Amino acid sequence: MDNTRRICIPSSGPETGDLVDDRFGRAPFFMIYDTGTKKTEGHKNPACDGMGGVGPKAAQFLITHGVTVLVAERVGGNALEALKAGGIAVLLFDKKGATVGDAIEAFLQGELGEQ
Amino acid sequence: MPSKHFSRVNSGNSDLPFSYVPETSDNIDDTLIMKVTVASGKGGTGKSMVAANLAWALSETSPVTLVDCDVEEPNLHLFFPQDPIEREEVTVPVPSIDLDRCTFCGDCAGFCAYGALLVTKDRVLFFPDLCHSCGGCSLICLAGAIKETQRSIGTLTLRHISDRLHIVTGTLQEGDVLATKVIREAKRIAERPGWIVYDASPGTSCPVVETLQGSDLCLLVTESTPFGLHDLELAYSVTSYMGIPSGVVINLSDGRDKETRAFCEEKEIPVFATIPFDRWIAHVQGVGDLISRRDSFWKDRFIALGMACCSRVEEL
Amino acid sequence: MLLESGGAMIRLAVVSGKGGTGKTVITGAIAHVSTCSKVMVDCDVDAANLELILNPKVIERQEFAGMDTALIDQAACTACGICAGACRFDAIKTNGTSFVVCSDHCEGCGVCRYLCPSYAISMRRRVCGEIFYSQTHFGNLVHARLTPGAANSGLLVGIIKKIALERNSDCDLLLVDGPPGIGCPLISTVTGMDAILAVTEPSISGLHDLERLIRVCHPLSADIAVVINKYDLNIPGSDSIRVFCQNAGIPVVGQIPYDESVMDAVRKGRLVTEYDSPAAQAIHSLWDEILSTFGVRAFAG
Repeated sequence: MDNTRRICIPSSGPETGDLVDDRFGRAPFFMIYDTGTKKTEGHKNPACDGMGGVGPKAAQFLITHGVTVLVAERVGGNALEALKAGGIAVLLFDKKGATVGDAIEAFLQGELGEQ
Repeated sequence: MPSKHFSRVNSGNSDLPFSYVPETSDNIDDTLIMKVTVASGKGGTGKSMVAANLAWALSETSPVTLVDCDVEEPNLHLFFPQDPIEREEVTVPVPSIDLDRCTFCGDCAGFCAYGALLVTKDRVLFFPDLCHSCGGCSLICLAGAIKETQRSIGTLTLRHISDRLHIVTGTLQEGDVLATKVIREAKRIAERPGWIVYDASPGTSCPVVETLQGSDLCLLVTESTPFGLHDLELAYSVTSYMGIPSGVVINLSDGRDKETRAFCEEKEIPVFATIPFDRWIAHVQGVGDLISRRDSFWKDRFIALGMACCSRVEEL
Repeated sequence: MLLESGGAMIRLAVVSGKGGTGKTVITGAIAHVSTCSKVMVDCDVDAANLELILNPKVIERQEFAGMDTALIDQAACTACGICAGACRFDAIKTNGTSFVVCSDHCEGCGVCRYLCPSYAISMRRRVCGEIFYSQTHFGNLVHARLTPGAANSGLLVGIIKKIALERNSDCDLLLVDGPPGIGCPLISTVTGMDAILAVTEPSISGLHDLERLIRVCHPLSADIAVVINKYDLNIPGSDSIRVFCQNAGIPVVGQIPYDESVMDAVRKGRLVTEYDSPAAQAIHSLWDEILSTFGVRAFAG
């Protein structure tokens, strides 16, 4: 059974050294870490400067990219519903000043709980 | 105790209602159709009070329909005790997805500019409060899986206050965003002969523009504070952009309206009336009553305000 | 919820449900009486009045292009009229021979672009306002202005809040003057705030509007407190508000009397709290009460 999980972390930039962004829908980048390949991909968030409905649009992006876990600080109502429908678990990470790398590490250490 | 005190000292501006003798009913044309929107750049200036009093006073002698276009927070009905005699739902078309035909390709979600659709490998989620009813998703679906059904976003009510006064209230359901649709429908059922007084929502955005469409005149209600003037300028920019003549009512006046009057003079907008800040007026409103209903002095003043609107439209 | 300071910034939004309750004057006064470093945001973009009392000096401007609008390339257009027929927003006008998108009505849905057989339609971001970054006596202020007909939006509110936060992350307080209403701009304002101060007044719709506001803010998990402005214009109305708040478990952190000196101060370009008046005293008490209700310890510095 394939236990690979793909973890998404909203980010302020496209590198693992960039700071985690505390929003979901309007975060400029999504970093996706694959537990199988242990690699991180950086994607620009296509929803971030939309007129509205960015939560569901961002969730759609995650679903399309096979994300199964979102590590985030704040997730709004519509986004949460969308993520749930897509079977994406949402874990809380609200450490200030953390980088994407820190967030991945925290996830791998099993430190994060569900929102 | 009714206050007949005007704190405004004669500034030399001809403020029509104070020199105007109210017309007798012989002069009121029953076939008159006059559409006035009462608007303001900011909330709290007393726009609803002016609209409600104007409608009440004019209905003495003319048919009047008062339309509450502040559909997110309608409040005109609070001044009148009558219950609605008619109620209608406002609906908009929204997608309905046939999951048997759906291939979960995701094209509909990709097309939607508003994030109202989400497609997973076996489910389609619809967020009604984000949908703008553009019809795009049903057009784009190659599997023919999307039909449109009607969804209720608000209600319209009609109240019969007297043989000459009716109130149409548009209410947008909490959480819904398509205010302009409810306003359009409210205006549609308000198309009746006589005066139509529209109470717009405060501000200058789409719902206000929608309300103003087709009006003969806009009454801009402002207050004699720097905030009032600042927001009057914004509101005037909308009416002038739309080419709708305006007249100003300075409400809650403490007599120090110099800057406001200077602005009006500069833009050649007539100041039709000045209503002083007065605790009695605030009290009457606070208990849901109208000063024109309580005191014939004010009734005459609001009738004169109506006449001033007519004159302004005629002269242009 | 206890708020800690001395490190983490406290985010306070002042909102009101309907306009005209005195929210902006109160926000300005709080900027004055709070003795901590702060950055301010005027999210009431439709009636951006905070600048009238804070006398900002604009040091930076940027365009706000928040809305997508369709644009018809007249050279490619064959005047088939399909776009106008399909547009649900009456945004495509014609004089019989040419078709033009009226950007006031266009909602950027893209249906016309999709249907155009000549590929003559494209979607463009339309500049519909301007964002300002300014300095004031009490800290930096981020505010904005919209072109007439353009709407305030959650997008714009989010952008100006973000600018404020990114450039002033070492301030103790983020003070936001919120927009009226309960729609998208209000929700965007309140998202991510630690505390909400709801300004209400005892008018006929005051309680009704407050109830709606509380209902909308409730799921956004910030602490809410209420202040009753101009309370003495209608004492029974103020009492009803208190009863409602008590039943709903919402603290009433202050009440401010109607006071003519408030507008005197505004006219002079000064803040109400620069004078010793009943309203000013009430606002001083209000701030103390806000700090103790939200459990804020003394701000650093």
